[in-house]
Amino acid sequence: MLNQFMQSRLRGLIILAVILYALPAFLSNPFHYDLATQMAIIAATVVGLNLLVGFAGQISLGHAGFFGLGAYFTGIMTGNYGWSAIPALVVGGILVGILAWVVGRPILRLKGHYLSMATLAVGFIIAIVINNESQITGGPDGMPVPPFDVFGWELSPFGTYSLFGIELNGSQAWYLFAAAVLLVAVWLAQNLIDSPIGRALRSVHGSEVAARVVGVNTARYKSLVFVISAIYASVMGGLYAHFQGFITPAVASFDFSIVLITMVVLGGMGSTMGVILGAVVLKLLPQILTHFQEMEAVMFGLILMLTMIFMPKGLLPTLQLAVSKRLKKRAGGQA
Amino acid sequence: MLKTFMRRAGKFAAIAAAGLVMSASVQAAEPIKIGSFLSVTGPASFLGDPELKTLQMYVDKINEDGGVLGRQLELIHYDDVGNASSARNFASRLIRSDQVDIIVGGSTTGATMAAVPLVEQAKVPFISLAGAVVITTPVKEWVFKIPQTDRMAAERILTDMKNRGFTKIGLISGTGGFGASGRKQTLEVAKDMGIEIVADETYSGSDTDMTAQLTNIRNTDGVQAVLNFGFGQGPAIVTRNYAQLGIKLPFYQSHGVASDSFLKLAGDSAEGLRLPASPLLVPNALPDNDPQKSVVQNYKSEYEARWDSKVSTFGGYAYDGLMLAVKAIEAAGSTDHEAVREALENIKGYVGVTGEFNMSPEDHNGLEADSFRILEVQNGDWKLID
Repeated sequence: MLNQFMQSRLRGLIILAVILYALPAFLSNPFHYDLATQMAIIAATVVGLNLLVGFAGQISLGHAGFFGLGAYFTGIMTGNYGWSAIPALVVGGILVGILAWVVGRPILRLKGHYLSMATLAVGFIIAIVINNESQITGGPDGMPVPPFDVFGWELSPFGTYSLFGIELNGSQAWYLFAAAVLLVAVWLAQNLIDSPIGRALRSVHGSEVAARVVGVNTARYKSLVFVISAIYASVMGGLYAHFQGFITPAVASFDFSIVLITMVVLGGMGSTMGVILGAVVLKLLPQILTHFQEMEAVMFGLILMLTMIFMPKGLLPTLQLAVSKRLKKRAGGQA
Repeated sequence: MLKTFMRRAGKFAAIAAAGLVMSASVQAAEPIKIGSFLSVTGPASFLGDPELKTLQMYVDKINEDGGVLGRQLELIHYDDVGNASSARNFASRLIRSDQVDIIVGGSTTGATMAAVPLVEQAKVPFISLAGAVVITTPVKEWVFKIPQTDRMAAERILTDMKNRGFTKIGLISGTGGFGASGRKQTLEVAKDMGIEIVADETYSGSDTDMTAQLTNIRNTDGVQAVLNFGFGQGPAIVTRNYAQLGIKLPFYQSHGVASDSFLKLAGDSAEGLRLPASPLLVPNALPDNDPQKSVVQNYKSEYEARWDSKVSTFGGYAYDGLMLAVKAIEAAGSTDHEAVREALENIKGYVGVTGEFNMSPEDHNGLEADSFRILEVQNGDWKLID
C-alpha cells in the first residue's frame, strides 16, 4: 500500500506541495526563507537536469553554462534594456533551447557519452565570454539585476505584500512563489516522464540498440530532452538572478555544473523527488557545517563519500527500498 | 583546533564568571556583534586568511582591554570560499539570523557587491575590504570601504610617470576582475592626465608566457614606460619575460603584487621596477615624523608575534576596518545602526595602517591617492621613493 502510494506520481506531487507549504511553520527568520527559496530554484533546475541524466542516460557537464546564460540574459535585458521579467525569461529560454539544439543535435546521433564532452566545452565557452565581455556583463565582478516583475508589479525580497489579507515580507512572498515554480517544474517533468516520450527515453537508457530495433528515433528523443533540460536551467537561472539581485560569472562556472550533477547523483538518478532532496542536502550542508570551521571541506567530502559508498543509488531510492523491504518482511511475517 | 577550543572554553568560563558577578547588569553586558564574511579558503585565501587572523587577534585584544562602551565584542565570521553567491548568503545570515551590529568583511569586489543590495535594504553599516572603485562610487548610504581604489593606484602610477617625463606608455593587464577594472581606470585617468596609452595588451590568468604581448609593446613606436595591472602569478611571469626580452624601458606594476611573495616569485627580474604600495612593506624606512610610522610598526610586530607569519597589506585592511568600526561605535555611543553609520561618515583624521581616513557623506573611502607610497625594487628589497 505504502509502496504504491510512494510511487504514484500525482501523490508525489501532493506530498511535495504539502511539505513545501507546511515548511514555513518551521522557518523562523528571513534568512531561512532566503535559503529555502534558493533551494527551490536550484531543485527545479536539477529536476530538469535529471530528465537528461536519469532518463536519457546522458550527462551534461555544462548545465551551469545554460543556467548562467539564462541569468545573464534576463539580467541584461531587464537591467539595461528595460524589458519586463517574463518576456526576458521566455526569450532567454528559447535562445538557450536553440543553442542546446544546435550543440546536441549532431552529437546525440552518436552513441556513448560524447555529449558530456560537448557540454563541458560549451559551458567553459559561456563562462569565458561572460568573464571577458565586461562592457555588457560587468566582467568577473558581476552585475546587479533588478527585482522580478509582472506587468509593473514588483516582487522584491525586501518589499512587503499582502496575500488573502495576510501580511508577508518579501522573503516569504519569494518563497511561496519559488515553491509554486518548483511544483510546476515537477509537474511538467512527471508528465513528460509518463508520456510516450518518457517511455521511449527510458528504453534508450536501458539499451539504446534495443530501443532502435523497436523503432525509437533515439537521436530525436535525446536531443529533445536535452533541449528541455537546458530550457529548465535557463529559466531557473533567470529567476535566480532576479532573486539574488546580483550575479557573478560563478553562476556559469564549471564548479557549479559539477554541483548540479552531484545533486542528481546524490539524491538518486531518475527519481524526481530524490534529486530535490539532493539539492536540499547540498545547499544546506555548507550552512550547517560552518560550525566545523576549518574542518568544513573535510566534513563535506566525507559525507558525500559515505553516501555514495553506502547508498550508491542515491539518498531517496535507497531509503524507499529499505522501507518497502521492511514492509514486505512484515507482510510476510503476518501471513 | 585544540588551541582554539581551549581559548573558547576559557572565554566561555570568563563570560560565565562575569555573568555571575554582574548578573544585575546583564543588559549592559550584551556583546557587540561584529559580523564578517571573508574568503578564508579558495582562490582568494591570500586575502581572507590574514584578514580573519587580524580580526580575531584584535577582537581578543580589545576584549582584554575592557571592550567597547563597556561591552565585549563578539566576532561572527563565515568563509565564503571566494564565491559571490555564498558571500550573499552569509551576509543574509549575519544580518537576519545572527543580527549583527556591523559588518566588516568582503574580501573580493564580487563578494562585496553581491552583499550590497542586502546591506542597503537591511540598513546595516558595512565596511568592505575589497578594492574596486564601484563599491563606493557612486556613494551607497550604508557601504564604506578601506582599501584605496584601483583608480587611485592608476593616478599614483601615472603621476609618477609624468613626473619622470613619460607621456607615451604601454599597458599590459590581466583579464581577471582586478586587471580588467585596473585597465579601465588607467585608460580613464590617462586621458585626464594627458598621457597616451600607445599599446594595450591583455593576458588571461592561466597564461604561462607573455612574451608575445610584451614584444608587441616593445615594437610599438614611442613607448617610454610600461605598466602591468594584474593579480596573482601573471604579473610575476610578465616581470620575468620583461627581463628575458631585455626591455630597458622603466617598468611599473600595480599594488596588486605589493607583497614579499611577489619579490620571491619574480627574483632578479624585478630589479628596478616601481609600484604603489602600503607603507606596511617599508615600516622602518618611513621618516620619523610620518604619523603612520608607529601604527604600521605596531601592527607589523603584533601580527608577526601572534601568528608567526609575515604581515600582509590585506590584513592591514581588516585592522583599519575593525578600528573604524570601533571608533564609530564609540562616537555613536551605541550600536544603533543609523547613529553608527553617521559616526562612520564623520570620521576625520584617523591614521591607520592603510592611510589617513577622512570620511564624508560624499566619500565613503576617505583616502587620498598619496596614501600609496611609490616603492622601487633595489637589491631584491623594497626602497621607498616617494
